[in-house]
Amino acid sequence: MELLSETLAWLMDPGHWQGSNGIPLRLLQHIYLSTASLLAGLAVALPLGLAIGHTRRFETIVVAVANLGRAVPSLALLLIFLPFVGIGDPLIIIALTLLSIPPILVNTAVGIREVDAELVEAGRGMGMSELGLIRRVEVPVALPVILAGMRVAAVQVVATATLGAVVAGGGLGRYLIDGFALQDQARLIVGAVLVALLAIVTERTFASLEGRLVSPGITGRHVTPAELAPPSAQPMFL
Amino acid sequence: MADEPLVDWEWVFEHLDDLWAATYQHLQLTIIAVLVGLVISAVVSLLIYRDRRFYGPLVGVAGFLYTIPSLALFALLVPITGLSILTAEIALVSYTLLILIRNIMAGLDGVPREMREAADGMGYTTWQRLARIEFPLALPVIVAGLRIATVTIIGLVTVAGLIGQGGLGALMIRGFSRNFPTQIYLGAFLTVVLALLADAALLLLQRALTPWNRSGAR
Repeated sequence: MELLSETLAWLMDPGHWQGSNGIPLRLLQHIYLSTASLLAGLAVALPLGLAIGHTRRFETIVVAVANLGRAVPSLALLLIFLPFVGIGDPLIIIALTLLSIPPILVNTAVGIREVDAELVEAGRGMGMSELGLIRRVEVPVALPVILAGMRVAAVQVVATATLGAVVAGGGLGRYLIDGFALQDQARLIVGAVLVALLAIVTERTFASLEGRLVSPGITGRHVTPAELAPPSAQPMFL
Repeated sequence: MADEPLVDWEWVFEHLDDLWAATYQHLQLTIIAVLVGLVISAVVSLLIYRDRRFYGPLVGVAGFLYTIPSLALFALLVPITGLSILTAEIALVSYTLLILIRNIMAGLDGVPREMREAADGMGYTTWQRLARIEFPLALPVIVAGLRIATVTIIGLVTVAGLIGQGGLGALMIRGFSRNFPTQIYLGAFLTVVLALLADAALLLLQRALTPWNRSGAR
């Protein structure tokens, strides 16, 4: 109970709501780092995933990226470029971008590849160009899987942006790393709750996006994750 | 720092004992988390198997835990369980649950209906059918989940280094604070090697457990 009142007191202190270590600025830094990285990751992984899924070439890249994405720990991603880039936002954004690529790339490539071949043939028969096929047939059908990949990437990026504080970055992770260092439990709890809330809001936002963007003709078909991805058969992030 | 080599091999050979100790500690933290997670997930899955209505709420809770960033979960637990191995393991176990429960259930659900009906026709009870027919057939998917969970936990254990639990994460963090890249790269390299070896070992285990699958194994 003492901890609860301490935490509330910390939260009520106006000093913690302004300035360079205030909650609004830390939150904005966190969102900035996450958004920049996710956009960069999308710019790389989405076109690559579409191309690989559509042409069905270089599919080994997808398997390799999926495995690497799981095997390389996020803390290592943050630290291995340090000798080349030095401390600062670019270091964190590079790491988070690399982190966001596997789920987007894998889900896009696998999602597009798994589109019913008859649909694609029908589109081709109607005289659609290859780009038209991707845009008007494959992407709409694969959209739930592609968006699931983006959701996983976004949540991972927001979670790992927290670790940016280890390499002297900003964002909400500051409260956690400083809280550990100073043994300041009120700060730890406020930081942890804010980070957890941001991750959950991110997850919910992308989940509702899936509900809104996917065509009712596609969502009407009930597909369980198990049907979509027997985990032994294909790498996919759900 | 630019003039120094990225990896100081002399240091590496002088500290093989320390590197082995960190790797061993890392593996220990991982094995405890995955085994405890497997036991909890098995119990939860049995509950869901008995009554489907539990699926939504229980997977929802596991999904919620999975979404909370690891460092935040550590921070929330520290006031209760301190900077201890217990804190690390509670958080690590909570990340295995979603993966394991989902794969156990996906594996059981993937058993062809004819097999189930054949078992029923032969007079199996529900539990006999589960133990002798459904579980063995679900094994490849369950082990696939175990592989994902293990590789994920090996990555997350590095974060436990931040709350003083050692392992390869602590090695990397020491490298960072001492400005000594050798420790960063060795830590990262050994973590990846550990993940790949654990994944391969579990794949071999699956092959050994499901000999009937061997010819058609994907």
